[in-house]
Amino acid sequence: MNSAIRRLAVAAIILMLALMANSTYLQAFRANDLNGRNDNRRVRDAQFSVDRGAILVGSTPVAQSKPSNDRFEFQRSYPDQIATAYAPVTGFYSYLYGRAGVELTYNSELNGSDPSLAFRRVVDVLTNRRQQGASVSLTLNAAAQLAAYSGLSGKKGAVVAIEPKTGKVLALASRPSYNPNDLASHDLDKVGATWKKLNEDKTKPLSNRAIKELYPPGSTFKLVTAAAALSSGKYNPDSKVRSPAFLELPQTTVGLVNEDRKNCGGSDNATLTVALRYSCNTAFGTIGLDLGADALREQAEKFGFGERQLPELGAAASRFPADPNAPQTAQSAIGQFDVQATPLQMAMVSAGIANGGDVMKPYLVQNVKTADLKTVSETKPESLHQAVSPEVASKLTQMMVDVVENGTGKAGRINGVQVAGKTGTAQTSPERPPFAWFTAFAPANDPQVAVAVMIEDANVPRTDIAGGTLAAPIAKKVMEAVLGQ
Amino acid sequence: MSIASTSMIQIIPRSRRGVELMLLIIAIAVSVGAYVNIGLTVQDKVPASTGYYAAGIGLLALIAHLALRYRAPYADPVLLPCAVLLNGLGVAMIHRVDLGLQAAAEAAGREPRGPAAPQQITWTAVGIILFLVVILVIRDHRRLQALTYTAGLAGLVLLILPLVPGLGVDINGARIWVRLAGMSFQPGEFAKLCLVVFFAGYLVVKRDVLTLAGHRFLGLDLPRARDLGPILIAWGVSLGVLIFEKDLGSSLLFFGLFLFLLYVATERAGWLLIGGLLFAGGALFAYSTFGHVQKRVADWQDPFQEVGGQVSNALMGQAWGGVLGRGLGQGRPEILGFYGQSDFIISSFAEELGLTGMIAIILVFTLIVERGLRTALGCRDIFGKLLATGLAMSFAVQVFVIVGGVTGLIPLTGLATPFMALGGTSLVANWAIVALLLRISDQARRPQTPAAPVSDDTIAMAVQKQ
Repeated sequence: MNSAIRRLAVAAIILMLALMANSTYLQAFRANDLNGRNDNRRVRDAQFSVDRGAILVGSTPVAQSKPSNDRFEFQRSYPDQIATAYAPVTGFYSYLYGRAGVELTYNSELNGSDPSLAFRRVVDVLTNRRQQGASVSLTLNAAAQLAAYSGLSGKKGAVVAIEPKTGKVLALASRPSYNPNDLASHDLDKVGATWKKLNEDKTKPLSNRAIKELYPPGSTFKLVTAAAALSSGKYNPDSKVRSPAFLELPQTTVGLVNEDRKNCGGSDNATLTVALRYSCNTAFGTIGLDLGADALREQAEKFGFGERQLPELGAAASRFPADPNAPQTAQSAIGQFDVQATPLQMAMVSAGIANGGDVMKPYLVQNVKTADLKTVSETKPESLHQAVSPEVASKLTQMMVDVVENGTGKAGRINGVQVAGKTGTAQTSPERPPFAWFTAFAPANDPQVAVAVMIEDANVPRTDIAGGTLAAPIAKKVMEAVLGQ
Repeated sequence: MSIASTSMIQIIPRSRRGVELMLLIIAIAVSVGAYVNIGLTVQDKVPASTGYYAAGIGLLALIAHLALRYRAPYADPVLLPCAVLLNGLGVAMIHRVDLGLQAAAEAAGREPRGPAAPQQITWTAVGIILFLVVILVIRDHRRLQALTYTAGLAGLVLLILPLVPGLGVDINGARIWVRLAGMSFQPGEFAKLCLVVFFAGYLVVKRDVLTLAGHRFLGLDLPRARDLGPILIAWGVSLGVLIFEKDLGSSLLFFGLFLFLLYVATERAGWLLIGGLLFAGGALFAYSTFGHVQKRVADWQDPFQEVGGQVSNALMGQAWGGVLGRGLGQGRPEILGFYGQSDFIISSFAEELGLTGMIAIILVFTLIVERGLRTALGCRDIFGKLLATGLAMSFAVQVFVIVGGVTGLIPLTGLATPFMALGGTSLVANWAIVALLLRISDQARRPQTPAAPVSDDTIAMAVQKQ
């Protein structure tokens, strides 16, 4: 009997060892995984009670945590007058609905749990100080951001401005917007009601039009087509391009017409410069047919199409259609058919041309610093692609300056500063108003800022909608803000 | 006795009561320390109830100790301190969750539920009284052998009790409670005790026929079909418990205990094989037939598919505790509500004391089981051996089933964590079980009277000489 009892004793020890092994796996190895879950109330409550770092523009906080006298020790707050302007960037910090924007992607830095802050945390524990999160400095230019936001007043649309040399995002605005304070409130019933209202709102205030929504870029895409044409070596700015009033397309009975239903600037064979100046559809359709879809797509991808940018905010990837036939290629060459771009992408096209053809990787976070101002990380400018050669870039710049000085982009002119730009008006369906676009950079000889403006809806008569009249004035204000004018 | 007696371990007869007292003082100090710590962390003051608590745990433990000195001086010195430590920590954690639930209720503007810790201290007192009764009244565990069939009958009645209409109540989907005169208790906890007595007594009588008759098959000695009777009955009863009372844990416990004792009595692994197959068959049948079994298995495979589920919540609590724990009073065990002090109390410990505390607690349980089995090894009579084995293994199975369920090792089945979980019946029954183990160990470790006519060893030597 005793040998059987001994075996049972061993079996009992094995059972207990299994419990210990499983607990070890759970509490030592699986713990991080479980603590990272969104539905983990303990972690959420604890994080909600942390002195979270600020999100800064210059030295001004656009998001900060203030002590609060309720069950959570801190209240996340966004300065009232500018909260809605910065909402697409800061995102929100909600107990019930999680986080968005920089609040989401820089969460571990902001709440101090990031591995890079481990040393700081140990010091806090040893000195018996409360854990403090790191602050995140944005690359945004406050004046440009507010100019962009107020420029969009009363409209649906978005603005993105970039510093061409570095890729720093200077402005990123989307309207209509929302007030993140309403979602960060500790009054959870109110938060729930706000969330429901925002989600049911037909104007989609929660959608980030600057980077997450895709729109037909219309004529602004002609910059890409022109870049492909110049890069091919077959064209230069003075090359004559067939540009009749009506361009027949192969395999189909429909064709392309110019906006004014006439030929291009009085000629059936306008130069490339003139074609861009008046944004002639038939001329760029001709180029598209000549170069073919693959050349266009390659050029678009060099400007960043097909890639997601700004991991901070998770931008959508712009796209050029996969396998268009000849007429579809012609339409794609003028930014119609299935070409889809974000305002960020079109700003990158201008910025790339402005920077001698070198498209810089856009970024939004300049640095992360601990509560005692030690830098944890600093973003360095990084080249994304050489989209065109410096020669081609300089030719494109001249053509874009011509657009603003003599062509469709006159509304983008700034006193004493040479502006290079391109307008766009994109049709989608007859039922909805076209999208008005303008993308530009300035000054043309030493670019400090590149900008793209997209107006989805402005409550104006359909005939009044054109990139030049609607979008260019906003771009102008943003560029002026950056240039300090 | 058989030749197997030669392997009986020799225990040098020393009473070791002084060691027990030392260990007891440590156990009480740790428990009271935990209680005070919780008060200091949660309320910034030493709890006003500390005196009541310290007296409850400390005095009761000392009374139990004195009873052992008086009536069972050679009893195992480790069992009582282990039980006191677990009981004391359990009450402290119940108090901790009380405080958490109160704060949560106040925050939500609800009327807080009355505290459960004082109840548990009262039940501890009842448990110690029963402990004293067992130690003082049962002077020799062998007398229980006479009650074999009475105990069996009592066990069955207790098992069936919750099914009696008007008496049994459904709580959380399991019908294992009886409500009588405003008090509710779980008869299954005492059925466990009665059934172990019955199994042990029955097997003492039947072990020869179960051991000797049978055929060899595939290298295993298999019993005869008609000798399968008792195992089939045990299987049937435990299946009945599962089906009618939806109590997976008890079902596993009863069947497991019977099988272990059968194995110890006969030393034939064939029984384990047959039992294992029967258990697998029963489990498969239950899984394919009953929704609540399927749900338990599904919740085990993916605890997070159940929104707001207890297991997922407990897992997150344990993860939150990590290796070193949040610290007593600094976790959020009240998130599990009432379960944080009853079925899931072990998860509350894991959250606040971390993996370190969890392993320490499991080790204390392991100590109880192994000291119990050591008592069985040292015991001189077969009935005592079987009884001690059954009682010790009941702790092992129970701890494995509930802790394994809470930590996600096996599907969750509702069993109380011995000595710790909130609940009077379980606590009282466990104190009775420890008392019995101590009673047997006193017998096992007591110096053999020189007047004994023939010792087992003499017989063994005589047999060897032949």
